[in-house]
Amino acid sequence: MTRIPGGLIDRSQTLTFSFNGKRYTGHPGDTLASALLANGVHLMGRSFKYHRPRGPVSAGSEDPNALVTLRSGARAEPNTRATVAELYDGLTARSQNHVGPLGFDAMAVNDLLSPVFAAGFYYKTFMWPRAFWEKLYEPMIRRAAGLGALSGEADPDSYDRGYLHCDLLVIGAGAAGLSAALTAARAGAQVVLADEDFRLGGRLLAESDPLDGGPASDWVAEVEAELRALPNVRILTRTTVFGTYDHGIFGAVERVADHLPVPGTSVRQTLWRITAKRSVLAAGATERHIPFASNDRPGIMMAGALRAYANRWATLPVAGPQDRIAVFTNNDDGHRTALDLLAKGANLLGVIDPRADAPRFGDYQLFAGAQVTGTHGRLGLSSIEITRDGRADWLECHALGVSGGWNPNVHLASHHRGRPVWNEELQAFVPGEGGPQGLIPAGACAGRGSTSAALGDGARAAQAALSELGISAALPRLPEAEDRPLRQTAFWHVPGKARAWVDFQNDVTVKDIALAHKENMRPVEHLKRWTTLGMATDQGKTANVTALAVMAELTGKAIPETGTTIFRPPYTGVSLSVLGGGDTGKDFRPTRLTPTHHWAEAQGAAFVEVGPWLRAQYFPRPGETHWRESVDREAKAVRSAVGLCDVTTLGKIDVQGRDAGEFLNRVYSNMMGTLKVGRVRYGLMLREDGHLYDDGTCARMAEDHYVVTTTTGNAGLVYRNMEFARQCLWPELDVQIISTTDAWAQIAVAGPRSRELLSRIVDGFDLSNEAFPFMACASLSVCGGLRARLFRISFSGELAYEVAVPARYGHALMQRLMAQGADLGVTPYGTEALGVLRIEKGHAAGAELNGQTTAAMIGLGMMVSGKKDSIGAVMSRREGLAEDSRRLVGLQPVDPEAKVVPGSHLFADGTAQDMAHDQGWITSACFSPHVGSSIGLGFLEDGAARMGEVILAANPLEGSCAALRVVPPHFVDPEGERLRG
Amino acid sequence: MLIPHPLLGLRDAQEFTYLGDAALLDRPSPEGEGAEAAFCDYVFLRGNPAGVHRELWFHEQGDRSWLVVTRNTLTHEILGAELASKVAKALKGAAE
Repeated sequence: MTRIPGGLIDRSQTLTFSFNGKRYTGHPGDTLASALLANGVHLMGRSFKYHRPRGPVSAGSEDPNALVTLRSGARAEPNTRATVAELYDGLTARSQNHVGPLGFDAMAVNDLLSPVFAAGFYYKTFMWPRAFWEKLYEPMIRRAAGLGALSGEADPDSYDRGYLHCDLLVIGAGAAGLSAALTAARAGAQVVLADEDFRLGGRLLAESDPLDGGPASDWVAEVEAELRALPNVRILTRTTVFGTYDHGIFGAVERVADHLPVPGTSVRQTLWRITAKRSVLAAGATERHIPFASNDRPGIMMAGALRAYANRWATLPVAGPQDRIAVFTNNDDGHRTALDLLAKGANLLGVIDPRADAPRFGDYQLFAGAQVTGTHGRLGLSSIEITRDGRADWLECHALGVSGGWNPNVHLASHHRGRPVWNEELQAFVPGEGGPQGLIPAGACAGRGSTSAALGDGARAAQAALSELGISAALPRLPEAEDRPLRQTAFWHVPGKARAWVDFQNDVTVKDIALAHKENMRPVEHLKRWTTLGMATDQGKTANVTALAVMAELTGKAIPETGTTIFRPPYTGVSLSVLGGGDTGKDFRPTRLTPTHHWAEAQGAAFVEVGPWLRAQYFPRPGETHWRESVDREAKAVRSAVGLCDVTTLGKIDVQGRDAGEFLNRVYSNMMGTLKVGRVRYGLMLREDGHLYDDGTCARMAEDHYVVTTTTGNAGLVYRNMEFARQCLWPELDVQIISTTDAWAQIAVAGPRSRELLSRIVDGFDLSNEAFPFMACASLSVCGGLRARLFRISFSGELAYEVAVPARYGHALMQRLMAQGADLGVTPYGTEALGVLRIEKGHAAGAELNGQTTAAMIGLGMMVSGKKDSIGAVMSRREGLAEDSRRLVGLQPVDPEAKVVPGSHLFADGTAQDMAHDQGWITSACFSPHVGSSIGLGFLEDGAARMGEVILAANPLEGSCAALRVVPPHFVDPEGERLRG
Repeated sequence: MLIPHPLLGLRDAQEFTYLGDAALLDRPSPEGEGAEAAFCDYVFLRGNPAGVHRELWFHEQGDRSWLVVTRNTLTHEILGAELASKVAKALKGAAE
């Protein structure tokens, strides 16, 4: 146990957790990493390629090493950084990427084979023989690749999505972020303050430097209290702003319940879309390390992380207080770590500083002009080699803090291809010009990282941002704070022959970069892909700049000439679950229910998805054991008595205005302007390329009023296209349109007894064939005063009507028709019977109007009027389209027991069944109770002239081939006498 | 993205459906010899510049206006948005 006094943990409570099955304790305020270190556990995982033992190198979200699988079962969450996993009672975690126990990983043999696995290994190794690509190499690579594994089970938790709007978004709640938020909040601006940590304060929590002479955490608490009391401030802790998007929009994930064993009634995470007029980026900086021989052992970490674990989490990464700790730094900041460790009573070996004139700030041993050139320790550091003036000494050492300087966190300022610029004085990239609109970097992420500078910078950034919005903000009084300059030397790695890690997660060493250089993979984008530098979960936050510096040294170029890779969201990993935001399963999209849905449900109907709708598919009756029995019965009832079908889902568009007729002439291929009031006409719509895309009816209710119907699936598209025609093509026409699909419930009443049934509900309306013939329409009242519309149209080929009433009366109308028609044999029918009836009648539907067919192909070429212009008319006449001889035909099996299978392709008997001899395909098929066999519709070359011919329908998927007779596509009442009767 | 709707102010791009090149406003004349070729270009050939582009957006989850939005496709900067019906009327006025 290496708990030391102090820290921001609550020692009054003890939390129990387990790692690899072993139980440990920690305190609220701990992360999993800090609690494990406090329990003397330094080994937390294995590296990706060489399976080297690894512990945390940082105390934040940039950590490349300490990746664990948190929780178990369906909630198992792989690749979670122990350094940011907030400890809770009952937490369980397992290490990843090893075979056998973590301390003895069988895959560590890879480490011995490391010369084989050098840069470009994949590209060089898995090239030949070609036959091995899929059978051997891919399964092998897939097995070896990746770190943790997904559970494979569905995520049991719920996720949410939220939208926030503010004047100022402050990203990061350290010194700069807090002073920015305070400045803006006091000015009355709407402020959102987001930080990925569970506690506000950022780096202030990890430092021992006082603010106004007191602990920094006191000032943080004071500011937090003030901000929380203000109604114009929203504080989001545990929230990572992961991406900058266009026009001041940011993506953020709030881990609402990740710090709880199970979310309970809460959502697990929330995806926030924050629209901010202005933003202050106060994301801080990330420390970089210095590659040297065997620099990846557990116990070696960033000097700033060592300091954070000591100051904030009251722990040291050693087994006991007697264990020696050293610091290796090229800058003054590393010496602060030494001072803090001394203050905490650690056994400090000393500070190794490559600068010959390295300063000393306190009572510790200084190795000036020295370097760390080697380490020992199988599963944790045991000794280090210090080389000075050519002389090497091995010294016992159990923890080593390394500091190679600090990299400003420029990511969010660079998501819009904003390229960071090199600052020679800071030896770091800082945000450049042309970053995201309205975003001001402040504090350490802008290269102004002393506490005093960050405090002032944040306040000034907020003031500047608000003044652009016309809000004047006064600068708050800020506490007295340290303002040390960061003196450092450009010292990027310790030269040597042994492996020195640059990217810990992907096992990229200085040698790999040298090899990439030798193999001419020098541009930074090539370097990245050749070596896998900067990939995977940490995206090289601790590695990229160092790697660039090494490459720059090899090429003899300056670092800025070597370039940077492009920064893209997300800043840290975002789970797919939260991106889905709860839109899963049934909630993937809204389900639209018809007005008679609940009635149909009570009848025991089976339902089917049609576009966004659920429609009744068929209505099984007691004793019916197969859906075909129900469908055959329903279809027969329509042909012999009367059936009812909810057809509300068909799109309805109200078209009104003086030029409504002219407008419809232009959007339909056939004439609609000449339609008489009180009449309906079938219409075709083409795309501008001349192909058919929708059909429907057009009813003229008044001189300047039409009601148009569309297919269910195309209701939205037709409406959008009609709005396009109205606003963009012919804005001079006096016409208004609106979708009324949801406003009217519409029920098809079909069958020889439909007139008799309807006569029982209309209010004194003459339904006789003379007064209300086929293709008539009218507004009327039904059921004793209910406003309704009646259309005499037929999809089934029978005498049929469609009656529409305001949607809220749909359910009642269905009940009334069922009750009134009991003695007439009234039968509800679903979409299956509807399909049978229309195939028997040869009406085109979705399978025929598939976007690749023409009016001529469905036998309605005459409906593309040559007397007027309409959308698609010109292109429908183009060569190739006009000459297409394929026509819609009916198909009937020669053997009545044989099945017609939709999707089958048609061939003349005796020809090869290949593309060259393909003569068409079957679009729709069903069992026809009327014909007594399976029947189908299809497109056949020269189809109109081939009636009676026998052709073959090949179904290579099922290995079948059926002989079919070509017949006209009307199996029922070809003369249309029934529907006119 | 945020689109400055001329009637409704700044609206989120999620409310819109995108169509593309505003050249679609300029539907060719169906008359004359060259009509088929002109329609061929109109239907199949669209501008897709890397830079300033005039394009059609439909406010489908809003007031159902078609807009002509001038956008820099490299930076996503929006330089303006007009009602397509106004643009179309002006286009027709100029042609006459």
